[in-house]
Amino acid sequence: PCASGFQESRGCFTGICCSGAPKAQGEGGILSRGRLGTPSCVWKRCSRLCSPAVQQSEDTQQQIIRETFHLVSKRDENVCNFLEGGLLIGGSDNKLIYRHYATLYFVFCVDSSESELGILDLIQVFVETLDKCFENVCELDLIFHVDKVHNILAEMVMGGMVLETNMNEIVTQIDAQNKLEKSEAGLAGAPARAVSAVKNMNLPEIPRNINIGDISIKVPNLPTFK
Amino acid sequence: MKPLETAEVLQTSFFSQRMPAPIRLRELIRTIRTARTQAEEREMIQKECAAIRSSFREEDNTYRCRNVAKLLYMHMLGYPAHFGQLECLKLIASQKFTDKRIGYLGAMLLLDERQDVHLLMTNCIKNDLNHSTQYVQGLALCTLGCMGSSEMCRDLAGEVEKLLKTSNSYLRKKAALCAVHVIRKVPELMEMFLPATKNLLNEKNHGVLHTSVVLLTEMCERSPDMLAHFRKLVPQLVRILKNLIMSGYSPEHDVSGISDPFLQVRILRLLRILGRNDDDSSEAMNDILAQVATNTETSKNVGNAILYETVLTIMDIKSESGLRVLAINILGRFLLNNDKNIRYVALTSLLKTVQTDHNAVQRHRSTIVDCLKDLDVSIKRRAMELSFALVNGNNVRGMMKELLYFLDSCEPEFKADCASGIFLAAEKYAPSKRWHIDTIMRVLTTAGSYVRDDAVPNLIQLITNSVEMHAYTVQRLYKAILGDYSQQPLVQVASWCIGEYGDLLVSGQCEEEEPIQVTEDEVLDILESVLISNMSASVTRGYALTAIMKLSTRFTCTVNRIKKVVSIYGSSIDVELQQRAVEYNALFKKYDHMRPALLERMPVMEKVTTNGPAEIVQTNGETETAVLETKPPPSGVQPANQANDLLDLLGGSDITPVIPTAPTTKPAAAGGELLDLLGDLNLTGSPVSAPAPQIAQPPFLLDGLTTQPLFNDIAAGIPSITAYNKNGLKIDFTFERSNTNPSVTVITIQASNSTELDMTDFVFQAAVPKTFQLQLLSPSSSVIPAFNSGTITQVIKVLNPQKQQLRMRIKLTYNHKGSAMQDLAEVNNFPPQSWQ
Repeated sequence: PCASGFQESRGCFTGICCSGAPKAQGEGGILSRGRLGTPSCVWKRCSRLCSPAVQQSEDTQQQIIRETFHLVSKRDENVCNFLEGGLLIGGSDNKLIYRHYATLYFVFCVDSSESELGILDLIQVFVETLDKCFENVCELDLIFHVDKVHNILAEMVMGGMVLETNMNEIVTQIDAQNKLEKSEAGLAGAPARAVSAVKNMNLPEIPRNINIGDISIKVPNLPTFK
Repeated sequence: MKPLETAEVLQTSFFSQRMPAPIRLRELIRTIRTARTQAEEREMIQKECAAIRSSFREEDNTYRCRNVAKLLYMHMLGYPAHFGQLECLKLIASQKFTDKRIGYLGAMLLLDERQDVHLLMTNCIKNDLNHSTQYVQGLALCTLGCMGSSEMCRDLAGEVEKLLKTSNSYLRKKAALCAVHVIRKVPELMEMFLPATKNLLNEKNHGVLHTSVVLLTEMCERSPDMLAHFRKLVPQLVRILKNLIMSGYSPEHDVSGISDPFLQVRILRLLRILGRNDDDSSEAMNDILAQVATNTETSKNVGNAILYETVLTIMDIKSESGLRVLAINILGRFLLNNDKNIRYVALTSLLKTVQTDHNAVQRHRSTIVDCLKDLDVSIKRRAMELSFALVNGNNVRGMMKELLYFLDSCEPEFKADCASGIFLAAEKYAPSKRWHIDTIMRVLTTAGSYVRDDAVPNLIQLITNSVEMHAYTVQRLYKAILGDYSQQPLVQVASWCIGEYGDLLVSGQCEEEEPIQVTEDEVLDILESVLISNMSASVTRGYALTAIMKLSTRFTCTVNRIKKVVSIYGSSIDVELQQRAVEYNALFKKYDHMRPALLERMPVMEKVTTNGPAEIVQTNGETETAVLETKPPPSGVQPANQANDLLDLLGGSDITPVIPTAPTTKPAAAGGELLDLLGDLNLTGSPVSAPAPQIAQPPFLLDGLTTQPLFNDIAAGIPSITAYNKNGLKIDFTFERSNTNPSVTVITIQASNSTELDMTDFVFQAAVPKTFQLQLLSPSSSVIPAFNSGTITQVIKVLNPQKQQLRMRIKLTYNHKGSAMQDLAEVNNFPPQSWQ
């Protein structure tokens, strides 16, 4: 008797990471600068809670995130980590399962085909993996490297289903892929980077005496934002 | 001079052809984070979007990747990014892994199957699935498994199936999940993956094992054939599970001291599906389940997750009874756990099993009740639901005490549910009427403003029916509202009861507890203060005014005071109240002789026994039955079931039942009977079975009381019809329209008999569609004399507010020549003037 949309949503979940404890440490990013209480870093993964209600539009998705953040952030520390689903996340079959780490909330929206307690462990694995990949992960890492977070999550969860829970395996595969990217940047990316470096110099004259090869070597690795 | 000039020319041409390099993603993020206001942020984003758009327009290949990455960041912040969709496709088609990575990520985030654009990807994905780099293949699988539409799945299922058979575990696990997605989208492709599943469970890699189990689960859930086919895998699954528990520490898969809990949970879930309704499979897994249940370390969440899954599997398959008790005891232990999450899942699963293993759950009742005091709302809610599920005849007193205490202290959001739960349970298991009324009274006084609307009429009905408790109830209610009339439902019930049983209150004849001394004036004081209190809702005031009016026949020395109150409210701003007051005033002035009969005590109503929450919710369905079950008016000679027969014949659902009034009744009783009749009709019209009919539909009441003398002074401009002419019995209808209320048609029937013998015990019954309301007045006689020597007349009043075409079914019963005759007829030939 279920609507077809329900069938499709089986097992799917979305991961939302909200950062927004109003009392974030001194450096609270956007938060402490006038937008208190709105989630500052949110990533959605496989937001394929395919129930028609949820798949509707960007607006709905944003609303879900706001609502979720609102619900989760007002909860006490000593209450359980499950929130029964409202209409917004596709009805009572779906639950929000979250964990709170310092200024970050990791929220998964899960239907009944996943074990509630299992998801709590999965979040733990996810956070530990992030920690390994970023070395002492902090909120800013996640904000400045949204794409990397997505890539890590893609090795853990695929199409709303758990793919891999072995942390070492995930880190190995991520490292290998990053290496692949870097090697491309080294070979094929050199000219492009050189050009961009030149352009960014904003010199009054043509840069006549600059050895392009040298620059490409000197271009530092991405700065770390700690 | 010359070289400098050249330089300038060169420079300008350089910049006019190409825009400055777009800023990097990290720079963009840093800039956006400096925004102080939302408006400032929006401005920055718009500026950057404009730059990105023009860069896209220039078909800039070098920076496309960077631009899309920035766009994804803006998308995350909630800004529109759909214009990047096509760029994602271009990135996917690029040869570089970096481009593909961002392109596929963008496709997953920005595209879905509602946009036709996604089909353009199909070919790229197909190529990438056959790529030489496993990571490119992985990206393609991931994207297909995430957002592939059914068309895409059809086209690419072959490739997925091929990858499912590779030896590369990185691809194999992704292919397995991709296959799940394909099956969800196109179930008929399931067969295709069947051969590939053969060797899946022999795999050593846990990632592949995990995803394979997911795939098998999906197939089993979708098709009974597959389920039967995969039952033979039970021993293999049991072996894998056993190895997991028995194997010592393996750093690869260890999570807080337990070997791959995720895989264990998955396998337990698959076993649950395989063992459901199958004796052999259940038998085969009994041992391992017992082993898991006893050997799992429970100091950490992971262990409990496995245990929880085991319990669910035990409860779902055909397991041994000992094992089931073990499972419920594990849940019982969970209830005492410090971790809120574990308490929560314990309550949730106990709630699922309470129907099947009621007694085992019952043993943990006190622990469950303790959870009502938890600070966590989610746990409280579960505990409340479970507590209600555990209430039965034996423990109702104790449980209700706890639940009433809970009702007292709980958050407002629980009060409505808790109150109706208590009402239901009290109705089902009340050990005595006194207890039942006490309990409900407690709910009304503690959470009065939270009870649902239907509680008031239900309660009134309950009180009406407990005849011996009237004095006690009214006294309790009187005391309850003495100082506090803020809880509307309580005040409504109390007003109604004081109105009905005010005489009992004043006479102080309560046996159940010490009677109180109240004077008539004190009672009226309270009702009047309800009337003037600004906390009272309009409906409540209505109850109060009606109660005062009723007291005019129950009290002896305060009638003048009542008259005064009633006349004051004749000019109330509240239309509802004013109407009532005017009607009651008329009752005092014009129809004082009818007043005692009209205000007689409400008759006892039999309620259909409600045996489940479902019935309570369906108040509409219940109304109908409640009316049918209503006892016929005491003076009626016609048993009500005959009217029901008629209803059955007519299809029941869309007609208004009418219980016929009987001929030859005492004049004094006629008023009461009229009221009864009105009561019945009003019950039909109102969504809840409100036994205070005056409140339900005042206009009809007004008609009933005031239009009677106006029947005949309208010009007889409507032609009469012959409604029935058979076997010598002829029935004519003549019509009049009331000139005070044009939607009322008054039909006078004249029955005559042309045979040579009298017709006796003649009863005329009529029914009309639901949009009408019909009222049958008493016939002039029950005997139709022979040879057309006399007629019976009977008046029917039809209220037709929507001015629809009149239709009527009639049923005639009489005795003629010693035999009982019965006939049915439909009257459709009403003249238009009678209803237009």
